[in-house]
Amino acid sequence: MSSSSSYLTGAKRWMIAGIVLAVVVSMFSAQFNRYHLGIIVDIGINIILAVSLNLINGHTGQFSLGHAGFMAVGGYTAAKISLVVSPMLPPALQPLIFLVALIAGGLLAALAGFGVGVPSLRLKGDYLAIVTLGFGEIIRVIVQNMEAVGAASGLKGIPKYTTLGWTFGLAAVTIYFVTSLVNSTYGRGFIAVSDDEVAASSMGINPVRYKVTAFVTGAFFAGIAGGLYAHHKQFLSPTGFDFLKSIDIVVMVILGGMGRTAGVVVAAIILTLLPEVLRQFSEYRMIIYSLLIIVLMMARPQGLFTWNRKKGAA
Amino acid sequence: MDWLLQQLINGLALGSIYALIALGYTMVYGVLRFINFAHADVLMLGAYAAYFLAPAVNSVIPLPSLTGAVIVTLISVMICTGIGILIEFLAYRPLRKRPRLTVLITAIGVSLFIEFTCQHSAVFGADTKPFPQLLPEHDYHFGGLVVSSNDLVVVVTTLLLLAGLWFIVQRTKMGTAMRAVSHNQQAAALMGININRIISFTFGLGSALAAIAGILYAMKAPGIDPLMGVQPGLRAFIAAVLGGIGNLPGAALGGLILGLLETFAGGISGLSNYRDGIAFAILILILLFKPAGLLGKATVEKV
Amino acid sequence: MSHPLLKLDHATIRFGGLTAVSKFNLEVQPCELIGLIGPNGAGKTTAFNMITGVYQATEGTIHLNGRSIAGVKPHDLTRQGIARTFQNIRLFGSLSVIDNVRAAMQLHCKHGISASLWRGARFKAHEKEVETRALELLDIFKLADTRDEEAKSLPYGDQRRLEIVRALATKPKLLLLDEPAAGMNPTEKEELMHLIRFIKDKFQIAVMLVEHDMTVVMGICERIAVLEYGIKIAEGTPQQIQRDPKVIAAYLGTETEKEVPIDA
Repeated sequence: MSSSSSYLTGAKRWMIAGIVLAVVVSMFSAQFNRYHLGIIVDIGINIILAVSLNLINGHTGQFSLGHAGFMAVGGYTAAKISLVVSPMLPPALQPLIFLVALIAGGLLAALAGFGVGVPSLRLKGDYLAIVTLGFGEIIRVIVQNMEAVGAASGLKGIPKYTTLGWTFGLAAVTIYFVTSLVNSTYGRGFIAVSDDEVAASSMGINPVRYKVTAFVTGAFFAGIAGGLYAHHKQFLSPTGFDFLKSIDIVVMVILGGMGRTAGVVVAAIILTLLPEVLRQFSEYRMIIYSLLIIVLMMARPQGLFTWNRKKGAA
Repeated sequence: MDWLLQQLINGLALGSIYALIALGYTMVYGVLRFINFAHADVLMLGAYAAYFLAPAVNSVIPLPSLTGAVIVTLISVMICTGIGILIEFLAYRPLRKRPRLTVLITAIGVSLFIEFTCQHSAVFGADTKPFPQLLPEHDYHFGGLVVSSNDLVVVVTTLLLLAGLWFIVQRTKMGTAMRAVSHNQQAAALMGININRIISFTFGLGSALAAIAGILYAMKAPGIDPLMGVQPGLRAFIAAVLGGIGNLPGAALGGLILGLLETFAGGISGLSNYRDGIAFAILILILLFKPAGLLGKATVEKV
Repeated sequence: MSHPLLKLDHATIRFGGLTAVSKFNLEVQPCELIGLIGPNGAGKTTAFNMITGVYQATEGTIHLNGRSIAGVKPHDLTRQGIARTFQNIRLFGSLSVIDNVRAAMQLHCKHGISASLWRGARFKAHEKEVETRALELLDIFKLADTRDEEAKSLPYGDQRRLEIVRALATKPKLLLLDEPAAGMNPTEKEELMHLIRFIKDKFQIAVMLVEHDMTVVMGICERIAVLEYGIKIAEGTPQQIQRDPKVIAAYLGTETEKEVPIDA
C-alpha cells in the first residue's frame, strides 16, 4: 500500500464520521455556555479558512494575501440571500435556504477567485502577494460602497443559522476535499507547480490549470466560511475583512507549516484560542501577536508542526 | 482652467511626498529584493518625533520659524535614521539568507508591531494629535490660484532632496557601492564592498527621507496618529512599483504621477470614495501589463 | 511521406542584442541517439529550451512529427512526446522520490478532480497502476529502494538519474538529456551509457544528449552535432567529428594563435 494514500484509506469514512459527530454534538449545544459555543464555532470557521488558504499558499505555493476578500464575497452574498428570501418562506425550509445561501456565497467567491487567479498567473513571490493584497482591498472598497449590503455601516440582522453542526460538518468536508484533491496523481501537480514551475510544465503539468484551480477552490471554501461567519455574528462590516484578517489566516497557514493540513488545523485552533487565553492581556494582544509573527519567521518559518518535510501527506 | 491648475499644484505637492517615501521603498528593494512594509511606519515616527521635539526646540528658538523647523527636522531625521538602521539590524539582517517571502512576512510583523505599540496608551495613544506649526504659513495668490507656502516648501524640499540623492547615488563611493550591491550582491562583496555597511546606509538614507516626508505630510494633515503612515505608505509603494521598483528616477516619477492622478480623481465627485480602490487597481494593472514599471527593465529567468 | 521526429529549420533565437542560437538545422529520426556538443555558452541548453517550448524561436521553424511547435506551451509539447532533464537539477524537492515520478505521470492520467474526490474503486485501481509503473521505472535505474525518501536528500548522482526516470514517466518519443553525466565517476558514467542505450531500445525513443564528457558522447551517440557561438559548425558520426578540424579548433584553439609571454 503506498504511503501517501494510506492516510486516506477510508478518508470518506472519516469525513462522514466527522459530519455525524458534529451534527450530534450540535443537538446538545443548547446545554453549552453561549460564550464558549461562540468560540468553538469561530474555531470551525477558522479551520475552513486556514485549510482553504493552505491549498493556495501551502500546496500550490502561490502566496495569497487577499483571502479575506473571498470570505467577504461569500459572507455578504449568503447574508443577502438569507435576508431577502427567508421572510418569504416557511421556517421549516430554513436549513435549505441556509445551504443554498452558503453555496451561492461559495460559488460567487469562487468566481472572485478565478478573477484573482487568472491575472496573477505570471507573478511570483512579492509581486503575487501584493497583487492579491490589492484584490482583497478592492473587494473591500467595493463592498464599502455598495448600498445594497449596507456600505460602510454594515449589514445587520442576519439570522443566526450557523450551528456547531453546520460549521464542523462543513469543516470536515473542506478538509476531505482539499486533502483528497492533493493526494492523488492529479493532485501531485499542485506541489510540483509549487516546487518548480518550469520543471512541472516540462513534465506535462499545466501550471495555469493548477494555479487557477487552487485559487478557485480555496476561494470557494473561504466563501463558505464567510457565509457561516455572517450567520454566526449576525452582522457584517467591510472593516472586518481587511488586510489584517487576511494576515490572520496567513499566519495560521505558516504556523501550521505550509502544505500540512493537520498542522494548519491545529494552528487554526491555537490561534483562535490565543486571544481568549490572553484575555487579561487584551491591551497588549495585538502587540504580542505581531511579535509572534516576527519570532515565528525568525525562529521557525517552517511552522510548528513540520517534523519531516514531506508535503503531500496530510 | 483655474481648477485644473489648482489641482495640478495640489497634485505636485502630494506627489512630492509620495516620491520621497517611494524612494525609500525602491532603494531597499534594490539592495535587498524585498518590500519593507515597515517603511511607512518610519514616516509616522518622524512625525511623532517632530511632535515631541517641537515644544523643546520652541523654548530655545520660537516656532514657527525656518530655523526652528530645520532643527526639529534634523533631529527627527537623525532619530529615524537610527531607527531604520536598528530595524534592519534586528529584524532583517538575521534573515538575509532566507527566502524572500519569510522576510516579507517579518516586515509585515514589524510594521504591525510598531503600529500597535504606538497605539498603546503608554506610548503615543491611538487618538489623533494636532501637529504643531513648524513653519510660518502664508497663502500666495496668483490670479484665482491659491498656493500655500507649505506646498511650496514640500516641492522645493523634494527637489533639493532628489538632487542630493542623485548626487549621492551617482557621484559618491557609497552611492556607487549601493548600485553595485543592487546589481549583484555576491560580486560586490567579492570586490571588497562591505555589504552590511551599504545595506545599513541604504536603510538609513531611506528612513531619513521617510522622516522628512512624514513631517511634510503632517504639516498638511489634520493631525497625526499611529496609523497615519499606512495610506501614504501604500500609495508610495504603488508609486514605486509604477515607476519600476528598484529604479530611483522611477520612484520619483511614479510618486508624481500617482499624486496627480489621485488629486484629480479626488476632485471628481463620486470617484473619491473609490480612491483606495483606484490606487490598487493601478497597481494591479501595472503588475499585469508592465511588471517592470514605467522605467524598469524586465529580467528573464534562466532555465 | 515520413517526417523526421524532430526537425529544426534555421531555428534562431535572439535575446535583445545577443543571438544565442543562429540558423540551426537539425533532423532527428525516431529512435536515434544524437549528441549535441560544443564549448560552454555555445547555445546547447538554449537549443533544448527552444525544442521544449520554454523559449520561442525568434526565426526559423521547429517541427515535431511534421507539426510546428510555434506557440505551443511546454506542457503541451510534453503531451506530444518531448521530455527533458535539466542542466541544473530541477527535481520537485519536497516530494518523495516516487512522487516525483508519479507527478510526471499526471499527464496520461484519465481522471481529474472529480475522481480524486470520489475515490471509487476505479480510482484506486488506477493509482495502483501508477505506483506499479513508477516502481518499474525506478527499478531500471536502481532507485526503487529510495522511493519514499525526500528527493533532495539523495546523493547527486542519484538525483540526476531520478530526473531521467521522471522524464521517462511522461512516455516521451524524444528524450532530451542535459549533461546527464555531470558529476559522475567513471563507473557511474559506464552504467549511465548502458542505461541510456537500454531505455532507448526498450521504450523505442529517440534521445538527444548534451554532454561535455567525450567518452560518453563518442561512446553511445550515433550522430553528433557541434555548436559554437550558437552556430552549427559540424555534424556527423563520432569518427567524423573527432577528425573535423573546425571542431578541434573550437575546443582547443587553432595553431596560429600566438603564445602570450608572461612578463617576469
